[in-house]
Amino acid sequence: MTPRTITELAAALRDGSTTPRALLDDAFAHVDRTEKELNAYLTVTRELAELQADAATRTLADHPDTASPLCGIPMALKDVLCVDGIETTAGSKMLRGFKPPYTGTAVQRLFDAGAVCIGKTNCDEFAMGSSTENSAYGPVSNPWDIERVPGGSSGGSAATVAAGSVPYSLGTDTGGSIRQPAALCGVVGFKPTYGRISRYGLIAFASSLDQIGPFTRTVEDCALVYAAIAGHDPRDSTSDPRAVDDPLAALHTGVAGMRLGIPREYLGEGTEPGVRAAVEAAFRVLEAQGATLREVSLPSTDVALSVYYIIAPAECSSNLARYDGVRFGNRVERPSLTEMYLQTRGAGFGNEVKRRVMLGTYALSSGYYDAYYRQAQKVRTLVSQEFETVFREVDAIVCPTSPSVAFTMGSRDDPLSMYMCDVVTLPANLAGIPGISVPCGFVDGLPVGLQVIAPRFEDSRVFRVGHAYEQATDFHTKLSSYASEAA
Amino acid sequence: MTETAMITAATLDRYEVVIGLEVHAQLLTRSKMFCPCPADYTNAAPNENTCPVCLGLPGVLPTINQQAVDFTVRTALALHCDIPAFTKFDRKNYFYPDLPKGYQISQYDLPLSINGHLEFPVGGETVRCGITRVHLEEDTGTMHHAGDVLQSATSSLIDLNRCGVPLMEIVGEPDLRTPEAAREYLVRLRQILTYIGVNDGNLEKGSFRCDANISLRPWGARELGVKVEVKNMNSFRAVQRALESEIERQTDVLDAGGALVQETRGWVEAQGRTISQRSKEQAHDYRYFPEPDLPPLRLDAAFVERVRAQLPELPEARAHRFQEQYGLTVYDAAVLTDTRDDADTYEALVGAGVPAKLAANWQSGDVAALANEHRMALRHSGLGVDGLASLLRLVDAGTINGPTAKELLAELYVAGGNPEALVRDRGLAQVSDTTELTTLVDAAIAANPAAAADFRAGKQQALGQLMRAVKDATGGKADMPLVNRLLRDRLLEH
Repeated sequence: MTPRTITELAAALRDGSTTPRALLDDAFAHVDRTEKELNAYLTVTRELAELQADAATRTLADHPDTASPLCGIPMALKDVLCVDGIETTAGSKMLRGFKPPYTGTAVQRLFDAGAVCIGKTNCDEFAMGSSTENSAYGPVSNPWDIERVPGGSSGGSAATVAAGSVPYSLGTDTGGSIRQPAALCGVVGFKPTYGRISRYGLIAFASSLDQIGPFTRTVEDCALVYAAIAGHDPRDSTSDPRAVDDPLAALHTGVAGMRLGIPREYLGEGTEPGVRAAVEAAFRVLEAQGATLREVSLPSTDVALSVYYIIAPAECSSNLARYDGVRFGNRVERPSLTEMYLQTRGAGFGNEVKRRVMLGTYALSSGYYDAYYRQAQKVRTLVSQEFETVFREVDAIVCPTSPSVAFTMGSRDDPLSMYMCDVVTLPANLAGIPGISVPCGFVDGLPVGLQVIAPRFEDSRVFRVGHAYEQATDFHTKLSSYASEAA
Repeated sequence: MTETAMITAATLDRYEVVIGLEVHAQLLTRSKMFCPCPADYTNAAPNENTCPVCLGLPGVLPTINQQAVDFTVRTALALHCDIPAFTKFDRKNYFYPDLPKGYQISQYDLPLSINGHLEFPVGGETVRCGITRVHLEEDTGTMHHAGDVLQSATSSLIDLNRCGVPLMEIVGEPDLRTPEAAREYLVRLRQILTYIGVNDGNLEKGSFRCDANISLRPWGARELGVKVEVKNMNSFRAVQRALESEIERQTDVLDAGGALVQETRGWVEAQGRTISQRSKEQAHDYRYFPEPDLPPLRLDAAFVERVRAQLPELPEARAHRFQEQYGLTVYDAAVLTDTRDDADTYEALVGAGVPAKLAANWQSGDVAALANEHRMALRHSGLGVDGLASLLRLVDAGTINGPTAKELLAELYVAGGNPEALVRDRGLAQVSDTTELTTLVDAAIAANPAAAADFRAGKQQALGQLMRAVKDATGGKADMPLVNRLLRDRLLEH
């Protein structure tokens, strides 16, 4: 049995060739077999999954026609997403043992659709990183080469789909944390327009940049999951009240006549030659399908990285202030309050989190605010305006998702080289626009991702381009050895 | 004059005192500022009124309470502020156990309203104080230390019921020049806030809190002196005393040629002095930045006008109208408009047919005394506003006399009942039949010949004994002004 897509599994559940329990048993068996090498999970939620599988069985029996396509299908959640009563650590020692008393909106929408949650996936601590090496619970391995990273910060969610344990998972993307690991693991990963998916229940890293999104094996599956969780949530004031277009409606309409832009700055010197070759081949595929490709320019790309590394740490320094040892999570007992604060945060946070909290605290400090934070916000506006200008000339942007393929664990020990991983993904977060990564080739057996970026609220358009590309190629059907073993 | 007040008076000859007040007022909204928990925690068990949002749990987000925005706009309009079309929330970052998120959602550079003023009387003069801004934020939790202060406590308990209650900060300009003016500013401000129904004005409970900034400078100096912030004052009297004490302390330092330091000082009621809490060097850097979880608010003109249209008549205007419309004195009008409830009660009485002067006398006299005695407003008493109106109509119609009305009022205030029915059933109607009373007057004169003789000899007080005799003969129901006239006529007939 090859790992199947949501669409295939939904059909199988309805024609009686499988059951939610059978899918669940397969998923757990697969996780048991692979977890020792991959370390993709922080918690396996067997009890919850069994309850949900049984509920889904009843729903499918009673309402087979109206049940969601997600009903009865196993999935996994990045450990920054709160689930009532299930340990949620955000990959940090700080939250070891923390069980939220509530379930976040996006996850609740999946649960309401009958999804079966098999576990919480490993990630960089508080979603800060590009390799999942910053998890307090050990790194995740890339299923294509376990010596290599899966990307990050949603590395566990990417790896578990690439390994074939589940057909989909949820991650979060603040600067590329869904798209980059999707590219490095050879799966589809999507970051929606900011405000399309409620952040309620997402443990915040940088509030103005964070978005939840799916990892899947196909673009169609991605659109299915997105459709189930998108839409306004009164609990999130930054969620947009406008109705969501059905992303499946225009999925098959192709790219003929579409104008696609290739930002010259996104294929700079840092791009590995293999990645460049794979992406340029993808451009030709799209051209062959009738799209017009042209070069465009986003001149602020080089400063976008600096802007990101001011705004994201600034928000993070404030968002992470609540981890003070007073009410929940880790506490180091000390006789004085100040000592308790210092020791708790000193012991609870890893180095990358501390680095960003310090950077952000500095950037917001009296006397530095104007030079850093305020200036960064101005340039952020400029980055958005450049996208708007480009989108007057083209319908979507196509480019690499990551300048490199998966790298060897421990090879990027200087923070700056790690930050460079996100150089072509984070501008979309700064501008709040949607982006997808779809598999577009291999370099020495390691996957490469093609990124498609569209204007705000044109999420359906990235699915449409991604799907058209996918239909013309078979990279998305290639399996890692872990997924092949499942066959 | 107290000793402190004397020193203050002496100081005022040499130094100009500059005072600016910051008031924090909890809003009387149903729910908290950013979550659906009840805002009223008066009878709640510790941490009962909490949810993941106000507990600041990982992953939660705030949503703005529209009623709190309405109340703040209402306040801003009552204080003659401008309401900019664009306002936003900011995060004020600092660590303290009563602040679960590690930041307070407040407003920094674009507050909800700016540039207002407040007018109030001080010693017969009207003083105007500028209002810099009125903005909206959230309250913190409360702590109970096993020890005096957190630093030396062996343990501390945290109650987060108050955490997230909508809090309005009203920042006054440094336009106040005396502790008395500061006090009167607060009195008027509290009156307005309670009038417009946004705050309950309780200083002891802390729903209306005041911090004061005070500095001294030689008369004529342009530069402001070094500013000291005074906290921990939980009554109007405490504010006045703390400022007087602070003026005295600052005067001593300046007179001795010393320099004041910019600091925060706390008022210690028991010692009658302020003590230093925190110097400028120890001040927090709050690292304000725009709250990314809340989009900016756009308050359009139509919304502001809707709130303005709903604004009730404010106390100053109402007192003025009472003088004009009901012919009340300045004093009576002020007393009867002290609270919105008082003024509403008065107008209800007049509206129910009680003459304006009669209603004013009774409401500010006997009724006020009973309300005070029973700690119960007329509106909540057994008698109620309608009951009082029917009682006073009986007085006005001459059906019962004053003393009878007084007795009935005292009885019915708590127990309740229908005054008209009671007067009828108990036969309390006043005796004002001239023939009947003349007979009783003659009998009283006959029975008290000495008193009658004394009165005729010019001893006015002797009339009292005769009056009492007639009163007793009617069981207290006699129309006493008529008895008085009849007695005089009879005694001076010869």
